[in-house]
Order: sequence, then structure tokens, then C-alpha cells
Amino acid sequence: MLTQTLKETPLADLHRAAGARMVDFAGWNMPVQYKSIIKEHMTVRQAVGLFDVCHMGEVIVTGKDAKPFIQYLIANDLEKLQNPNTALYTQFVNENGGTVDDLIVYRRTNDYLLVVNAGNIDKDWNWINQFKDRFKDLHLVDESDKTGLLALQGPKAQALMKELVGEQAASLPVFHYAESIISGIKISFGRTGYTGEDGYEIFVETSKAAALWQDILKRGEAFGIEPCGLGARDTLRLEACLPLYGHELDDKTSPLEAGLGFSVSLDKPDYIGKDRLVAQKTNGLKKKLVCLVSEGKALPRQGYAIKASTQAIAPVIGSIASGTQGIAVGYPIATGYVPTEYAKVGTQLYVDIRGNSVPAKVVTRPFYKAKK
Amino acid sequence: MAATLTYPPELKYVKTHEWVHLNGDGTATIGITAFAADQLGDVTYVELPKPGTKFSIEEKFGVIESVKSVSDLFMPVSGEVVSINERLSSEPELVNNGCYSEGWMLKVKLGNDSELNKTLSADQYKEFIVE
Repeated sequence: MLTQTLKETPLADLHRAAGARMVDFAGWNMPVQYKSIIKEHMTVRQAVGLFDVCHMGEVIVTGKDAKPFIQYLIANDLEKLQNPNTALYTQFVNENGGTVDDLIVYRRTNDYLLVVNAGNIDKDWNWINQFKDRFKDLHLVDESDKTGLLALQGPKAQALMKELVGEQAASLPVFHYAESIISGIKISFGRTGYTGEDGYEIFVETSKAAALWQDILKRGEAFGIEPCGLGARDTLRLEACLPLYGHELDDKTSPLEAGLGFSVSLDKPDYIGKDRLVAQKTNGLKKKLVCLVSEGKALPRQGYAIKASTQAIAPVIGSIASGTQGIAVGYPIATGYVPTEYAKVGTQLYVDIRGNSVPAKVVTRPFYKAKK
Repeated sequence: MAATLTYPPELKYVKTHEWVHLNGDGTATIGITAFAADQLGDVTYVELPKPGTKFSIEEKFGVIESVKSVSDLFMPVSGEVVSINERLSSEPELVNNGCYSEGWMLKVKLGNDSELNKTLSADQYKEFIVE
């Protein structure tokens, strides 16, 4: 097999200069941490953190048929976006009800912007192009290479954005979108994020991403800003019970099984996978994602077996999808798939951690909720 | 970043990234190297054996977990555990803050002195980790 060169974001040199540890994430050479995942996690919970998410994919859909095309591809209902400059969270679902990817759709003034996972850019592009010919007036552009994306997250993100952009940013409602300028750099931004905190995701032309990154870090000093890596991004999203593709979601798992029913419309007109999702809803789900809090200090990790009893002969009923130390909550947390009869809140389950049956209880999601 | 990590010359090292300090009374203190602590990142849990347990060289004596990963700990020498660093159960971050001092793991009664010939000096270990 050929060794594939890792892709890099326009900020990679800045990350290395700042002493970040770089790792391969979905084919990208990304900072996993600068100094400490724990410190970066708490910075986002208590102040504000800045993440390089330039690796994310951006697809722009234009034409008269853009709306019916996207409606046909996603499980959420695009009719919820009554006005331009609004956004929603959704999934592409396959014919079997499995998840191709999860994404955010932005309805802009003249087009739609789809923001997809870095590791799925090629898969998504091929997936959506399969259905293109059914629509006449439609134009798709993969803008991923031209588009940089920074995530500004934390309770002080609003105050910092007010300083950087003005009142327009401070008063922007959640899942809304706007355009502006920061220090002469043209940007657009959504009040969205992946940490369980208030925050923004800021789009910028790739060539300007490094200048914007440095400017935000400098002007954010007074707000306690720190650059944060993908390590903290993962621990933050898991504490907030936000799914990560490849862990909670994959081609064989439906968004209903993942507990994402709030983002699935079973009423809207025909879309790919709808029949399967309706059937799952009607017949009941066979497996469900649970949130688990385990005892002790050993961490449940992806792939570890879940059992319903401590007996050595007890069958494996499921496996851990994601697990980590809940850094803000202070105990080990995990997600996992189990048969529906074991998914009720309060159910006592056990995770096999290196041969030890560690008690883990099903709890209500999320593990962590930001104070309003 | 790796350039700032230190390897005290008075310690002996092994390729599984543990260090040994000879205490001069037939016992030795064992911990993990700055390289290992740095690679792990924030340590959240250290699982250590009970005092009295006997181990041979290269045998697994415990587990260390960080936010990102989990690794086994291996004996750099044979010996019987005399005491363990009890503080690590509530303050695992001591491994990151001082892997050669407050972050030590085991004190053992040495089993076989000749094993020390197999260990690496600080310079040899430094060469090994840049390879």
C-alpha cells in the first residue's frame, strides 16, 4: 500500500510553532493538544477556546432545485428553515436507514452550505452526486479546500465576538448565520458548535485563516482564550453527548438508534432512508445508544464489551462507542449501543475493562449541560 | 517540546520507558520517564500492584491511563514490591508534574543485581527515543 501524505490545514505551522502535538485524524495532520487536554477542556467550560476545524468539508448547493435536492438527501426537514441565514443539524441516511454522515445545513441568501465531517468529504461527495441527475437546475461545488473554519467556544465566546464583530454577533440567535469582517478579514459565522457551550463557528477563506487565527488569539487574551486541540474537542463533545461519526454513527446505525430523533422528520415527503426510519419507529428500535457513568477510575474505551451481569459467562450485549474521563463532571463517561430492553435510564450494566467487570449505570443525556 | 524533557544521569532506563533508582539499601524506586509521561498526556489513573507482590523482569506490574490512551507498565528489574506511591490514586497528575520525584510508582526489593547490566544510561535512553 502506498503511504498517503497527511493533509494539513493552513494553520499547521502555527500549531507546530506553539508546541502542539500533531496526530493523524481522518487523513489530516491535526493538533491533538497544545499543553494539556484537561486544561484546554476547562478553558472551554470556563472561558473561551479556539479550535482549528479547517479540515471540515464545505459543499455549496445552488440552483432552483437546491432545496428539493437537499430535502431528498437529509432526514431533518428543511422547511424548518423559514428564513435565510438559518441552520439545522441533520444526517444523510442510506436506503437501509444507516447514517452516511451527519452535517449542518445553512440556508443562505442565494444558496445552501453543507458542512460535513472531514473524514467523509469524498464519501459524501460521491453519495450526493449519485442523486444529482434526478434534479434539473442544480449546481454542486466542493469548497472544502478554499474554506477555512475556526470554532470559538465557551461562556466568554459571546463577549469576545462582540469585541471582534459587534452587537450583530452578540445578539445572533443559536443556529443562525451572518457575515461580517474581523480586522479587515471577510468572515461568515454561525452560532453553532460541538462542545456543549455557547459559541460560534467562523468561516474564512483558506488564505486568510492563519491571520484570523492569530488575530482572535491576540484579541482574546483579555477573555482568557487558549488554542485547543482535537483531544479537548472530543472530551467536550462527549460530555455534551454530541455524536462523533465513526463512534456513535456509522453506515449501519440510524439516527433514531443514536437518539437523534429530534433531528429526524418522519412526516416530510419522501427522502432516502425514510421508509426504514419509519419502520424502525413503528416496529421499535432493536438497539439504542445509552449514556453510561462507570465506577472507579479506569476508563471505558471504544470497543470494550458491555454486559448485563458480572458473571463470567454473561453474554456481551453491546460495546462502548466512545469513552473518556468526564473532565468537567469528574468521573468516567461513555456511550454505547445495547439492546433496547437495557437502555432505560437507571439500568445497571457492566463494562469489561481489561478483564474486570466495572459497574456502569445508564444515565440521562447529556452528562454535562452549560449553565445559562 | 521533546527537547525540554530531562533524563537524570543517576537513573537507569529501559526501553519500555520505565526508570530505576538504586536506593543503596538493596531496594530500588521505579517510575516512568519524562518521554513516556509526555507521550501519554494528562494521566487520569494509575493501577499499581499490592505490596508483597513479586515480579520478574519485563513482567507487567500495572496500567497507566491518560485521557487519550492506556498503556501497560513493565518491571525494569525483578523484585518484590515493598511499597507503592499511594498518592497516585487520588493525584495521578503527579506523574505529569514530576515523573522522577512525586510521581514515582514502586519501591521494590531487588531480586537479581545482574539485571542492572541490561539497563540503559540516560544518554543511551535519549538515543533510543529519538530513533
